[in-house]
Amino acid sequence: MTPDPAQESLRIHPELVTEILCRFLRSELRRVGFRHAVVGLSGGIDSSVVTFLACRALGPENVLAVTMPYKTSSEATRRDSRAVVEHLGCKNLDVPITDQIDAYFRRFPEASQMRLANKCARERMTVLYDQSAAFEALVIGTSNKSELLLGYGTQYGDMASAVNPVGDLYKTQLGQLAGWLGVPEAILQKAPTGDLWVGQTDEGELGFSYAEVDRLLVLLVDRRWRRSELVAHGFAPEFIDRVAAVVRRNHYKRRMPVIAKLSQRTMDRDFRYARDWGT
Amino acid sequence: MTARLRSETKVEAASRGGDRPATLRVALAQIAPVLADRERNLPLHLAQIEAARQQGADLIVFPELSLTGYFVRDMVPDVALGCGAPEIRRLVEAAGPAALVAGFVEESPQHRFYNAAFYAEGGRIAHVHRKVYLPTYGLFDEQRYFAAGDRLQAFDSARLGRVGLLICEDLWHLSVAGVMQAEEVDWLIWLANSPARGVDGPRIRTAETYDHLSRCFAQMLGAVVILVNRVGFEDGLCFWGGSRVVGPDGQLLAEAPLLDEALTVATVDLAELRRQRTITPLARDERLLLTIEELNRIKRGRYDS
Repeated sequence: MTPDPAQESLRIHPELVTEILCRFLRSELRRVGFRHAVVGLSGGIDSSVVTFLACRALGPENVLAVTMPYKTSSEATRRDSRAVVEHLGCKNLDVPITDQIDAYFRRFPEASQMRLANKCARERMTVLYDQSAAFEALVIGTSNKSELLLGYGTQYGDMASAVNPVGDLYKTQLGQLAGWLGVPEAILQKAPTGDLWVGQTDEGELGFSYAEVDRLLVLLVDRRWRRSELVAHGFAPEFIDRVAAVVRRNHYKRRMPVIAKLSQRTMDRDFRYARDWGT
Repeated sequence: MTARLRSETKVEAASRGGDRPATLRVALAQIAPVLADRERNLPLHLAQIEAARQQGADLIVFPELSLTGYFVRDMVPDVALGCGAPEIRRLVEAAGPAALVAGFVEESPQHRFYNAAFYAEGGRIAHVHRKVYLPTYGLFDEQRYFAAGDRLQAFDSARLGRVGLLICEDLWHLSVAGVMQAEEVDWLIWLANSPARGVDGPRIRTAETYDHLSRCFAQMLGAVVILVNRVGFEDGLCFWGGSRVVGPDGQLLAEAPLLDEALTVATVDLAELRRQRTITPLARDERLLLTIEELNRIKRGRYDS
């Protein structure tokens, strides 16, 4: 049987990836004078993998995993986060966000579930950034490549971080990495969820599975297959078009805000410096 | 006719080669430069030169843009140096009797900026190569910042013999390897800033590719290939190192570690050049005039219509 080019392209060597990502984390922190990392830990695969990587790279004593449950957060979320912290022996801080979220939405009782979910994500971001100041740490991001491409995240919420080791790994690749790193089985087995509301799952909300969409994205984005080639390979045209539209529509989330150009040199346009400038 | 004259010069050079030592110690300085900070990169170079000299190095090689780091972008005019700059003089002096190769941003008298490398021996710069092929695709955008070199010339070194000096993408073009073959180089010094891509196997894909290329070119040219690649991260890119010396038979003589800074010293047996060229005399059988004729035919078809 001919190997599936999509599956082939999604294969990673977890040991090599871990080696590179741990060095990346150490390098990015040390070059700006930090030794500590803060991670928002939800008990899902992404944040668990990032916590595992940070502990490997920096030592568990230098990693603060912050859990930030809202009142609707599931028991599984809390239990799985605890399991990660206990397994790794890193520092842990539990900062429930129910009080401040509910205080805000008492003024806006008509707010949709989406507004609540985004507000929670941004509240967690402010907690992480504040704790990073207290712990003299950088915030480590957990958004994966699937989420970044699909825009499945809250801008300035869970998408915000100083350094992101997993942003070039598709969700299914993170699964391969998680298994190798020894992330607890319960986390590997459960359906991906933002725990945005009771019973919410990513795949239910997106309307397709990560396994399906990652196969499409890797051929479309990384291997640069054309639509006709994807159709010939068996992808439904409606699925291709829908995913391509989502990727396009959410591009703004992956960029800096647009700046109106007036001068000779404008940020990010013709004022071009590497982020690691001088380090 | 020119070709014949050139071979005669070569014979003479080879007989002079009798004075050269039988082995040569090559030091690969696989460093992680600080991005756009020459003041911190200079002592980094000096320390490596000192360590290499203590290990008896005859030739010390640094990676592409070793004095500035890779993603210099809008810092290019700020980090550029003329070939006579005091920093370069200091490096050349520090190398003492050893030959030295390092990468820098060169500013020409016309204020063009080149991704360049110099070869110095006997206390002076013997050759400067300006990178010809500036990759501007994918993650690369060199043409935005640099002027392209327009020479692919080898040079004669009293110490090494005939030397080709190339920078990274230059050697991704077969035509360049062809010119190096026509130049009949004994040594090909190849500086790189190669970022890692492809993590589906136990070895980084890019490292695999450079492994193939360095062995292939060494064997095809019947020359010693010295590849020096940097390590460290810039804006998420991981430079993978793996610097190496490959003998004229395509065999790996020494390899620096992947990902780590290292000073790797290798001893090259110069007699191997003669042996390999006796066993597989590819350069002898090369038909330069035929190649030129064929290229001219292609040129006529493509441009002269």
